[in-house]
Parts: sequence; structure tokens; C-alpha cells
Amino acid sequence: MSEIENKAENGSTESAGECTAGEAKDDKGLGLGVIFFIAAFVVCFLSGTLLFPKLLYSKKEQPFNFDHQLHVGEAGDCDACHSLREDGSFTGIPKLTTCLDCHTEEVLGDTEDEAIFTDEYVSKDKEVPWYVYSIQPDCVFFSHAAHTGDAGMECVDCHGPIGDSTSSRPYEENRITGYSRDIWGKNIFGIKKHSWDRMKMDDCAACHKKETGHQGYCFQCHK
Amino acid sequence: MKVDRRSFLGLGLGAAAGIAVSPIGIKLTDDSSIWTQNWPWTPVPVDGEVSYENSVCSLCPGSCGISVRKIDDRPVKIEGLAEYPINDGGACLHGIAGLQYLYDPARVKTPLKKNGDKFEEISWDEAIETVAGKLADIRKKGSPEKLACIIDKDQGSVSGLFKRLLKTFGSPNFYTMPSLESYLELTAATLHSEGETISFDLENASFVLSFGAGVIEGWGSPVNCFKANASRKERHAKLYQIEPRLSNTAANADKWIPVKPGTEADLALGICAVLLKNKLFDTTATANLKGGLNKFAALLQKDYTPSKIAEITGVKESDIEKIATLFAKSKMPLAVFGKGRGDGAQSLKELVAVHTLNCLVGNINKKGGAFVQPKTNYLEFPDESMDSISDKGFAKTKIGSYVDQLIEKVNGSSKPVVDALFVYNANPCHSLHDSKKVKQAIGKIPFVVSFSSFLDETAMEADIILPSHTFIERFEDVPSSAGLAMNVVGLTKPIVEPLFSTKNPGDSIILIAKALEGNIAQSFEWESYEECLEEVTSGIWDSLSEDGFAVISEGVPTGSVKTNIAYLSKNPSTVQAQGDFALTLIPIDNMRLISAGVSVSPFAIKTVSDKVLKGKNIVVEINPLSAKGLKDGRLATLTTPMGKARVKVNFNEGIMPGVIGMVEGLGHTFENIYVSNKGVNVNDLIGPVFESGSGLDAAFGIKAKISKA
Repeated sequence: MSEIENKAENGSTESAGECTAGEAKDDKGLGLGVIFFIAAFVVCFLSGTLLFPKLLYSKKEQPFNFDHQLHVGEAGDCDACHSLREDGSFTGIPKLTTCLDCHTEEVLGDTEDEAIFTDEYVSKDKEVPWYVYSIQPDCVFFSHAAHTGDAGMECVDCHGPIGDSTSSRPYEENRITGYSRDIWGKNIFGIKKHSWDRMKMDDCAACHKKETGHQGYCFQCHK
Repeated sequence: MKVDRRSFLGLGLGAAAGIAVSPIGIKLTDDSSIWTQNWPWTPVPVDGEVSYENSVCSLCPGSCGISVRKIDDRPVKIEGLAEYPINDGGACLHGIAGLQYLYDPARVKTPLKKNGDKFEEISWDEAIETVAGKLADIRKKGSPEKLACIIDKDQGSVSGLFKRLLKTFGSPNFYTMPSLESYLELTAATLHSEGETISFDLENASFVLSFGAGVIEGWGSPVNCFKANASRKERHAKLYQIEPRLSNTAANADKWIPVKPGTEADLALGICAVLLKNKLFDTTATANLKGGLNKFAALLQKDYTPSKIAEITGVKESDIEKIATLFAKSKMPLAVFGKGRGDGAQSLKELVAVHTLNCLVGNINKKGGAFVQPKTNYLEFPDESMDSISDKGFAKTKIGSYVDQLIEKVNGSSKPVVDALFVYNANPCHSLHDSKKVKQAIGKIPFVVSFSSFLDETAMEADIILPSHTFIERFEDVPSSAGLAMNVVGLTKPIVEPLFSTKNPGDSIILIAKALEGNIAQSFEWESYEECLEEVTSGIWDSLSEDGFAVISEGVPTGSVKTNIAYLSKNPSTVQAQGDFALTLIPIDNMRLISAGVSVSPFAIKTVSDKVLKGKNIVVEINPLSAKGLKDGRLATLTTPMGKARVKVNFNEGIMPGVIGMVEGLGHTFENIYVSNKGVNVNDLIGPVFESGSGLDAAFGIKAKISKA
């Protein structure tokens, strides 16, 4: 009979004792394992929540600071600068010519930003290369006219109170997609408090569902 | 406590759980899906304000009105212009792909000068100075007639400026490439009077007897012809198509009449014979015929009897009689000539024989018939200033009557026949027969100036290239031609600022003329081409500038027409194909390809069927009965007296036995990855055959053999 068979038949006390000792050691090991588990979990979770967004997004400053509040006060509502064309398409960020409806080559205000605008762009007849916080991927068709006109939505519903801002916040560009952080939302978990906090497809669908009773079909936006 | 294997397991699991619960996973999945939809090489159209500008397409003689869609300043799409008299919103595939010429990789971006085998960039000042210097030397030597010019057409102010420069320089050697319009004018000059042209009222004809005219394959003004053909069924009009293969037009026609290649003139005369014999002609019309109707009738009854013609053409005797009767008894019959697109080699005998059918049934200047009227002349150039050198040189005889003869003379002479050559909007090194010989002739000319926008086969042979704006970037008057029943002049307008350092060819000519000084400069006193255009079109400028076009005439022309059939009464001989092989190779005109002027666009070449171009191999059509030893879809060697080519074979029962069909417009060799090195150029395989009497290159094809590769 082999040694193993003997042990199995006799229930070898020696080996049983070794086994007990072994289990006691394992318990201690498990305890450490739990600590390691918790520590690794916490480190990775916090990294994924706090460090990851910092790595994912690169911060870019706008060419110069823009005071929306001041311009709304001087020029009027959003559509004074961000208007719809005759064919219903949206002009988006105004071109230099629109700015020059009010501005001239003479510096209007006394801020450093005004000087940059005049010297670098107006006098050189160069468009200001603004970073646009709300640019969506090109695979989406979106009509501003349908939303602000027929549906009667306010600009603020999607863009937030940007008209009240007095300075331009940094543009955070997603290093992978190249799009603005505003599309996913500032909150990395995608949790939103306001309607304008996030602008993903689900947000469009949710609003469509709420307002029209149907979330819409693929081809309505992905033409 | 001891750190062991389980601790590490815990660490790993903890890390994995931590990451899984954190937003990394979901966020990276979302981001990577967006990333895959936005590859950096995927073109993304730039957003901007949409606007439309109207202009006129000048890629072919069709002269269609176009509407160019722009995003901000960038033209992005061409569409047909609604309510334009010629095309009323329609557009062909070449027109809608017109923007590809603007952004073509083969565009000449700045003036070039040949240094050895390579071109080097030079400034406009240096280019004009060099051209003017060379021309001044030629003039000083007392032989101004040795300046020649090859251009696409003899209409419009740009062509007028080239002609004016040659005249004031002292040269009569102004040549145009063969075109339907040139054949129409030649036919009118032979049968009617010099200075007249012919057009066809296809929209109102009740029976169109087409001798190979590709009515839906780019013949005439293509979009206008498509529309006329599309309305045929509603109008209960008939189309009989006579040609050796079942082309798209033949397939669309009410009847396809296969005819042996090169015997169309005989068939037309055979039909004339039946008309005269059976007294099916219009007596009022024949009463005014000059040139010996009796002699003509006697000739036809002797040599062109239905039985003889049936043997020559392969069309049954009974069919000839039937066609003649149907044609004559139709309410408004119309015989149409110009094989394929109408701009290839044609014989004057054929052109005149076909048009004689119109004269016999009396449809001249009647609704639905053939219109004969003086050529449109809306240009009012001031008188040229001539000096003794220009008078003497201009009075000399032209080197040849047609461009093919010019090439023949240059090649045939040991002394230089031409000292300098201008080439504009033409690519003779690709579009004329025996293109190798053409290249050789142009190579023999000491100084060649090309005004091409693209570095095509002919521009490659030039010593200086003065690049022209494309039609998207320039002003130009574009008169309708090519047999269109109405006379409309359109205005091509710059839709975009020139992309490169190019000029309007009119401006280049004015600058050269000014640099030549003397009487030449005095004849070109305009500051710019735009100023010249406004002055020479002053009679219609208001309409041109406001509406974008001016209708010169429309409807049935009034006025009497003289007809003289003396040319046919002399029984000119029929041109035979060159060579001794058993088969006949004929060129095929395909709507999806362009064979003259500019080359085909990348978009258009992609639309060509693989029965025409398979990979890089050209596909030839052959009737299975004539394809002994060949296999369908396999490679073969095609041999003609001009050379050999590797081709793919397509068995097609829609082509007559004994005939091989090869598409025209392929086989470009200049640098353009989208268009060049695809197939072979059929003009490399066909040599010119000059028709006795007219001097036209009338090679409808060439004898050929084909064997397994």
C-alpha cells in the first residue's frame, strides 16, 4: 500500500495536525489579503475617479478671455451674435465680421483681452480660433432652429447660464476623442443636476421622450 | 502576518474591483467608440454658411447652366441650374464632378519652364517675357506664319483673342480640334453656304434616323439630348439607331439597325436612292436643289441600289426600303449625323449624305427638322491693327486645312514647319489618331506654349506652361453649339478665388500681346480680359451679367436656305479602314468618359462598368462568332497596323461579327493616380486616314486581329 493510501485509511494524525496548522496560517494570509484587497480597491477607485479625468482631459486656454455677461448687456440676447441663417442653419460662434458690427480697429474697452482681440485678430483680419465647448461629433445632425423655434426651447436649457459668465473657463479636450468635456459632463460618473450638465445621446432621447412621448429614431439624428 | 500568494491575489482583485467600480471602464468604452468614428483621415466637412452661385459649365460643348453650392467661400457641390434654357436643372456626371477639376492633383499651380526633362517653376513676369521674346525672334526672322495655335473651338471671346493674336502676329495657322460643331459648319458649307451651321430640333422631331449619333452618350449638348430623348415616348416619336454595336442609344431606340463600320455614308445614299426612285421626296424642297439633282439621281440608281447597298452595309434590302419609306412618310423626319459624341473622325461624304436626307424630305428650317442658319456671331471685336509683317504672314496659305494635316506636315518635313505652337483646352497628344506621331510632331516644334490647367500629355511636351484658371475660377462667355436648336450664350463666372497662381487664358494672351509691342499691343488695349469681355459682348452684356445668359435666337429660323448637292454628284469615294487584318477595331464613345479637352474626373472614371475597364485592363467587345480561340473575360493581345495592346475580352452579341469595340478616353499617362495608367488609349492603335477631297481624318476604325495573350 502506498503512503498516500495509508494516510487516507488511517487518518494519519501527523498529517492532520499539519493540516490544522496550515489552516491557521491561511487565515492570517486571508486577513492580509482582505487588507490588500481593500487598499487596492480604494487606491484604484480613487484613481479612476480623481486621477483618471485629469489624465483623460487636457486643459486648453481660450485665445483670450470673453465676457458673455458684458456682451449680453451691450448687444442683447444670445441671438444677437449666435443667430440662425435664412435657411435655418445655425451660425454658431460668430465670425469676425459679426464682431466687427460693433467692434472696430480701435480698442473699445480697456482690458488686456480687448487689446489681444484688436491687435491679433481684427487688425490682421484673422478669425479667432475659439475652442467650442458644445461641438458634437459630425455623425449627428442637429437643428438649432427646430429646437429653439418650433419646440420653443431656451438656449439655457442645453447650454446653461453661459450668458452670465464673465470669463472663459478652460476648454477641456478629451485626449481620445478630441471633443469637449462638456459633452460627457463635468461629473466623471455622468451624474447631472441640470439639463445642461451633460449632452450625450441618452440626454437627447430622455428629453425627446419627455416632450414628445417618443425617444426618436436613429436616422432622425444619425443621417 | 506574512505576505503570501493570497495577499497578492487580494491586491489584484481589489485593484480590478476598484477599477471596475470607478468610471474608467464605461468612460473608456464610450470614448473609444467615438474615437473609432472619427479617424483622422475621415474627411469632415467644415461647417459654414450655405450659398448658391450660378454659372455655366464649359467642360464640354453642352454649355449647361450650373448652380454651385458653397459653404462659406468653399464650393462643395455642382448641380444643374433650374430654368436654364439648355438644361433646365439637369446635369451630367461630368458636370456634377466639375469641382474635382478645381482640386485636381495634376493641376499646374504656377507657370512652368522646361529645363531638360523637368519643369521648373518660374514667375508670371518671366514666363510672359520668355514667350514674348521667342515670338519676337520668330517675327524678326520674317516668318510669323510659323506660329501655330491648336485650340478646342472657334467660338467665344477667348478663342477670338487667340485668333486675333495670331492674325496681328501674322499667322493664318489657327487650328481647332475636331468637334461636332466644326463638322456641322463644314457640312453646311458644303451643302448650303459658307458661314452657316446646322442644328437639330430633336425635341420636336417625330422620327429621328440617327447614323451612330450617341444621343444619350454625350452627343451634342448631352443633357439637352437626354431630355429630348426622355420625352420621345410621350411625343410618340421614333428613334432608329444605325451603328455597328448595340450602344445605350441603340438599346434605347425603337430599332437598332446594325451596319458594317464605315458604310454609313453608303447606307444614307442608298436611302436617298429609294426616296428618289419611289418619289418619296418633297417636291418643293427638291425644286430648289442646285448642283444637278438628275445627275445625282442617276448616280444613285446606278451605284446605290438597295441590293448593292445591302451587300456593302450588311443591312437587308427590304429594311433599306422600309426605313426610307418610314422616314419619308413621317410627320417630321430628321436624319442626324456625327458618330458617337460627334467629335471623332468623320468623313465629309457621310456627313453630307446624311444631311442630304433632310434636304430631300424638306425638313430644313421646319419645326422638328434641321435648322440651317448663319453661325452665331455676337462678338464685336474692334478692328485689328496690322503691319506689313502681319499682312504678309496672314495672307499665306495655312500649313494644313485641319489639325491632323498640320501634324502630318510637321512630321513629314525635315525643316521646321512650325517654330512656335500655342495649345489651349486641347490635348492632341491623347485625342488625335496615332498619338505617338502627334507627340513626335509636337516634340519637333522648337517652342511649345501650353495654356493648360493640368499637366496632361500635351502639356508635358510644352516648353512653357502658362496655367489657366479652371471654369470654376474664371469669367468666360460660353456660346451653345453642337447642334443645339437654340442659340444661347452663357457666362461662366468665378465661383471661388483662384486656388493657385493661374490666370484667365484671355489675360495671358493680352499680356503676351502687350509684351510684343507694336501693332500687336495696339490690338490688345484692354487692361484685363474682363474689360475685353465686357466690350466685345457689349450687345448682350446686360443680359449676360444680370441673367447669366443671353438667348440669341430660338425657334425655327426664318430666311431662305440654298442647297447644292454638287459634292455628292461627283460620287466621292468611301474611306476604307487601314490595314489587312480580318477584323475592324472601332472606338466607342462612353458617356462616363471624356475623350477631348480635359480628361475624365476621378469620380466619373469610378462609375465606368467593369465591362469597359476591369482593374487596370481595358475591356474590348467582340462578338463570340469572331472570337475564335479566345475566352470570355480573359486577356488577349490586340494588334493593329499601329501597334499592340493587352486587353481583356468581353463576348458581346450586341456587336456585329467582325468588329472589335474599344472605349475612347482611357489610357492617360500623365501623373494623376486617379485617372492615369488605366487601360489603353484607342488613339494609339488607330492611325489617321485622310479622305480625298475634304482632307478630313476620316478613320472610323482600323483593321485589327486579336489573339490569346
